[in-house]
Formats: sequence, structure tokens, C-alpha cells
Amino acid sequence: MENTRLLTIKGLKIEGRSGDAWHEIIKGVDLTLHKGEVLGLIGESGAGKSTLGLAAMGFARDGCRISGGTIDFDGIDLRTASETRRRGLRGKRIAYVAQSAAASFNPAHKLIDQYCEAPVVHGVMPRKTAEDDAVDLYRRMRLPNPDAIGFRYPHQVSGGQLQRAMTAMAMSCRPDLIIFDEPTTALDVTTQIEVMAAIRDIVRQFGTAAIYITHDLAVVAQMADRIKVLLRGDEVEEADTRSMLAAPREDYTRSLWAVRSFARAEHPSATGIPVASVGNVTAGYGAVDVLKNISFDIHAGRTVAVVGESGSGKSTTARVITGLLPPREGEVLFNGKALPASFKARSRDELRQCQMIYQMADTALNPKLRLRELIGRPAAMYLGLKGKALDSRIRDLLALIELEPDKYIDRLPSELSGGQKQRIGIARALAAEPQLIICDEVTSALDQIVQEGILKLLDRLQNEFNLAYMFITHDLATVKAIADEVVVMQHGAVVERGAKAEIFADPKEDYTRLLLSSVPEMDPDWLNRLLVARSGLTPND
Amino acid sequence: MIILISIIVGLALFFMIGVSARSALQAVAPAHHKPTFRDMPLTASFGLAVILFYIFVAVFAPLIAPYGESEVLGAQFLPWASPHYLGTDKLGRDMLTGLIYGARNTVGIAFATTALAFFVGSFLGLWAALVGGWLDQSLSRFVDALMAIPALIFSLLLLTIFGTSVLTLILVIAAVDATRVYRLARSVAQGIVVMDYIEAARLRGEGMWRLIRREILPNAMAPLVAEFGLRFCFVFLAISALSFLGLGIKPPTADWGSMVRENATLITFGDITPLLPAGAIALLTVAVNFVVDWQLHRASGLKE
Repeated sequence: MENTRLLTIKGLKIEGRSGDAWHEIIKGVDLTLHKGEVLGLIGESGAGKSTLGLAAMGFARDGCRISGGTIDFDGIDLRTASETRRRGLRGKRIAYVAQSAAASFNPAHKLIDQYCEAPVVHGVMPRKTAEDDAVDLYRRMRLPNPDAIGFRYPHQVSGGQLQRAMTAMAMSCRPDLIIFDEPTTALDVTTQIEVMAAIRDIVRQFGTAAIYITHDLAVVAQMADRIKVLLRGDEVEEADTRSMLAAPREDYTRSLWAVRSFARAEHPSATGIPVASVGNVTAGYGAVDVLKNISFDIHAGRTVAVVGESGSGKSTTARVITGLLPPREGEVLFNGKALPASFKARSRDELRQCQMIYQMADTALNPKLRLRELIGRPAAMYLGLKGKALDSRIRDLLALIELEPDKYIDRLPSELSGGQKQRIGIARALAAEPQLIICDEVTSALDQIVQEGILKLLDRLQNEFNLAYMFITHDLATVKAIADEVVVMQHGAVVERGAKAEIFADPKEDYTRLLLSSVPEMDPDWLNRLLVARSGLTPND
Repeated sequence: MIILISIIVGLALFFMIGVSARSALQAVAPAHHKPTFRDMPLTASFGLAVILFYIFVAVFAPLIAPYGESEVLGAQFLPWASPHYLGTDKLGRDMLTGLIYGARNTVGIAFATTALAFFVGSFLGLWAALVGGWLDQSLSRFVDALMAIPALIFSLLLLTIFGTSVLTLILVIAAVDATRVYRLARSVAQGIVVMDYIEAARLRGEGMWRLIRREILPNAMAPLVAEFGLRFCFVFLAISALSFLGLGIKPPTADWGSMVRENATLITFGDITPLLPAGAIALLTVAVNFVVDWQLHRASGLKE
């Protein structure tokens, strides 16, 4: 194997600057990659996965510097090589595929123009050949209409297609190494499968080595030959995919595995008048109906999970319930009474009863207000608390979400971690003492271990205060963990709804089955089996 | 040689004032603000010291000035010598006295004008962005129409209509400048009102005033503060320009802008007296911008 070594990183140290001080982000990591091999890098956010991935190109982000170790790419020392030499390698022999293709493509140029840029600049092939090559690769990436798709602008194709076009672009110079930085994280499960399969096939066809960065174990299990686990800039363990999945050596790796096992007992079935009831709602923006005749109930103490791909109308349903989008037809009942369609017409008490927790805590919390005011405001407003009473209420709420009151009460959101911010979002909703909380993808932006903490907290609070949750998510693992009832949505309509056990055990609709079967499993053969099952053909590997 | 020496002396003064102001502020500041002043750059502490000095002079002008504001004391254009240390102007008034009272009038009026322009402009801008729809449209098109008229011509027009008292001067320049502030505040706020926390606050049932004051304004502060420093200097120039045209601050009220104009001819005789009021304006402008830069730096979260 010695002579097939492509990338050798030894004792790599990278420092990041905060203020005047430098602190280590990567603390001496070794990495070896052979030609044609796929290495999976996993870890929580902040583990240094992306930093390490970029370092494999000899690149450090602004505010970071490579402070120690060697990076050897096929006999070239990337640390000492001149910037010109490194630039000659990038795009030609080492390529990079970013998490968000939508943000990485230049919106002002057609896909094929961006495809041709690298080969032409590096002098690999003339423009005409590059265009033909692009069409060929688009076909191999199984993009629809490969002859014409390159002549579209990035906003004219879907997210999954963009991600595949980006992979094709990375392939344009037939590099020896591609770095995939969370290429499927932003995609729906059904799209994710197509992208995963396309990436895996093309990497195998060209014998390209790859570093595949992700936080999703099940995804990396399908893609990688070897897996390396990182934690706070240190390597935890590295092993062959199958042996790591079968027998992880370290406790931390095991804890990553265990997260997916969180599940709570189902709550007693619904009785009485539902807290909230969506009745035959049709709503939309402009002339387009985004929601078509939606109905479902949410009972006290129970969680209704609304699942579906992006664009299926999940969040729009939440906007109808909160009154941000008055429905064209139908109505929302609260404890049996019809709510005014617009939030502007609702009384303060009606507003108080229904609270919302957002996906991105970063944008849902005013960055200039301290936690005291963020959490205290609803309590002061709805419950009329002042002075001492308000202060002790804020402290109670902080204690409830497991943050130490004295330490946190005067902090700004920027002084919290992602998970803590989401807890503040929960506390703000609780401060109003509502009956219904709408959770809009509250765990999607978080690491799995942090996700588990949030889900457990939500579950505990539900039992304590008999809350009703409407839980919007595209992640079926979360649904499995926390839901009592499931509402499956597609194209703005309810496809299927029922108790969780029924939906998971015996889905009635094709779409539900497709959705359920698309959730990646830890088994490294899962993707192969699925592709075989779906196409009835043998996969080409 | 003289130039070199004056540059060295100037730099030495800058560092001296900067360092001493910083340590003085740090000593005076309450405990939880001490780190703020410890980390402030020299430029900012120098700027603060200069501003504080101007404020001191402006407040205590009658006590500091050797003579009365409009007192005619003797011959015109006397050279720099005791008892008129900076000479006299074309009416025989004491130059030093004029400078001291000018701090009160010019700075006071400029500050009042800028503050008013900011209050009105940013409130309307944030309000328009928050409410949107027809209110935003009508306000914005109205402001567009006002901005289409050249600022100086427009203020001349208004001043001729309403007469030239200090109050109308402030109101007119504030009205003209508020249109610029409105534009900025609106565009900044448009980026903020779409954030989830504004939606959350609306759903909570917050009123308009609270939304503007607590939810939007703190997040729009950084660009507004930067604009304040710039606007302040423009207002200075506008007042001077109007004074030059005879519609600004009227004699005998001392004003730096008119002092430059009245004494400008002295330059041709090698007398640097007209540079003094000009220098006073320049120094304050630089000082304000130093402080604003520092605040901007802090507000943009680059402090750590």
C-alpha cells in the first residue's frame, strides 16, 4: 500500500485567532489517504472537521493558521510549496465540494460556464471539449436532461441537482482527491439518497480519493471505506468502516451511536377537545395554494409530528396556526373556539396560548438583548410580573432549561453555544405559560448529542406542564423519538396521518413508504440494498 | 525644519493627550466599564479628550472668554499680542473670545441639528420598514422627492421662506439631513424586520414603539452611529456654507464658519489667524470620527 499513498498529514496543528490570542483548533492530527480511497470524517460541530478538510488542500481560513506538522500531497509539501504552486493544484488535482451548493455557485453565471472555468484556466482542455465533458459528467451524475441543464442558472435547478452539478464540476479536471464538506446535510432524505448514490458511483468510476466530512453516521457508513472520529481537534479513533460500526473502541464513538436510540413511551391516547384543531385549511401566497384542505388535531400532553420534504407546506401550516398567514378557507380552533385568522386580531391571551420555537436560534433571539430581557419579556407582558417576582421567574425558567441562573442571566445570546441558544428559545416560549408550542425544525441545526439533550428537555417539560407540541421536522429519527401522532405532508396536502406506531409499522401510502425507506441506516450495505430494491437492478460496483 | 518640528510636536501632543485621557477615564469610570476604557485605542481616547474639552469650553464660555461675545474693543485686525493674544477681527472684536463663543454656537447648533435629524430620520425609517406597504411607499416617495432637490438650494429656499433665526436654521438643516438618515435607517431595518426575532416579537403582540426601540434599533445602531459622525461634519459644512451666504448664523453671534470667511483675506498677508477657526472645525471633525470609529468597531462585535 505504501506506494499508493496520496495524502499524508502528520502532526497537523492549526490555530485560530480570537482577539489577540491564538488557540489550537486542530491539535496534532495524522491522516493518511490512499489513491481511490474514501475517508469519512465525523464529529460534532467545532470538532475541526472542515478545518482539517481544507488543510488537506494546504488552505487555512481567514483568522486561522497552520502552525505545525506536514501535509504531503503526492510528494508535494503543501506547507512549503509556493502559493502559485498550490493554486495550480487546487481545482486540478484537489477539488472541494461545499455544503451549500446554492451558496457556492455564482448566481450570475450558467452552470456550464462555471464548470468550464477550472479546466480552461488550468489548461487541461479547451472550452469546447470541456463543454462536451460537462454533458458527459452530468449524465453520469444522473442529472435530468444532461444536454440542456448546464445552460441553466443556479436558481433554475433544485438543491439536490445543484449538489450533483457541483460534484460534476469538482470532477471536471479528474482530480486525485475531492473533499466533500457535508454535501447532503442540507438536503431532504429522498434527495439525499440520489446525491449519495451519484457521488459514490462517480468517485468509484474515476478511482478518485475522497475525504467525506459529515456529522451523520449513517451517511458516512454508506460512503466511506474508513472512518476517522474527531473531537475538539483531536482524533478519537480511526478504523475500517465495518469494524468501527461493529465494534467502536472509544466511549465517545459509542455515545455518537447511542444518540439515535433515544425514544420515549407514547402518551395516553387523545381524549376531549383538542387544544388546537386545524380544520380544512387552504392557504397560500398570491394566487398559489400552498396548503390544500389540511386538517388535524393536537391534544394536550401529546406531540404531533408534521413531516415532509422542504416545500411540502409544513412551516406554512405553522404560519396559519400562529396567524401570520390568514387562510383562504377553513379555520383554526383553539380549545374548540375559532381563533381570529390574523394574529393582529387576536387577544393577548390568545397569543399567549400558542408559542413558537424556531429552527435557527441565532436569528430567533435578538442578539442585542440579554437573557434577562429575552426570557423576561413574555413573563412581564402576559403575566404582568415586575421587579422581584419577574427576576425570580426568570431564574426559575433558566433552572428549568438546565442553565445556571446566576451565571447566565446577564449574558448575550452570542455568549452561548448553539444548544444553549435553543434552550433559551424554549424558555422564552415557556415564559408565556402556553398550551401549545410549535417547534419548527428545532433540532435540525444542532449536533446529534445536543439534539438528544433538547429532545429530552422538551419531553420532560411536556410531562411537567401537559403541553401540546406541534413538531415540524424532516428528520424521521426525531419523529421516531418524540412523536405520538404523525402527519405526513407532500405538496401542501396531508398524505397520511395516524399514531406513530401505525405509520412506522404499516404505512398505507406510497409516499410515506418512500420517505421511511429513505432514512439512512447504520448498516454499510443499506444504500446498496435500497438501490437494488428500488431499481430491481444490481448496483454498478 | 519648522514643518518637521511641528509634526513631531503634534504627534507628541496626540500621544500625550491620548494616553493621559485614557488613564483618566479609566480611573473615573465605574468598575464594570473599566475594561471598555482599558482596551480603547489611542485615537479614541484622544478624540474623547478633544470632545470633552470642546464641551467644557462651550459650557463655560462666558467664564473663560476674556471679553464679551460682541464687544468691539479697538482697532481692526490687530496682530497677536497682549492683551489680544490672537488679534482682533475686522470690527475690532477679540479673536480668542470669538473662538470660545464659536464653540458654543457652532458646535451646539450642529449637534442639535444632527441629533434632531437622526431622531426624526431613523424613527421614520424604522417605522416605514416595520409597517411596510402604503406607509413605506408614501414616506419613501416623499423623501425621494425631497432628495431630488439639491440640499443647499432647498435649504436656501426654506430659509428665505421661514426667515433666518437659529431655530429655523436647525429645523431646516435637520429636515434636509433627516431624508438621508431616513434612507439609511430604512434600508438597514429592512434587513432586520425579516428576522425571526422580529416575527416572534410581533406574534407576542408587541406594540410599534417597543418593536422599534428594543428590537430593531439596537441592531441598527452600528451603521447609524457611523453615519452620525459623518453627518455631523456635513452639518458643520452646511452651516458654514449658509453663514457664508449670509443666511446662517447672523453676526454678532460668533460662528467659526463666518469667522473663516470674514478673515480669509488675512491669508494673503501671511497671517494664519483665519486658519484657527478652520482648525477648530477640523480638529472636532477628526475627534468625532475617531470616537465613532471606535464605537463602530465595538458595535460590530470585533471587540473580543
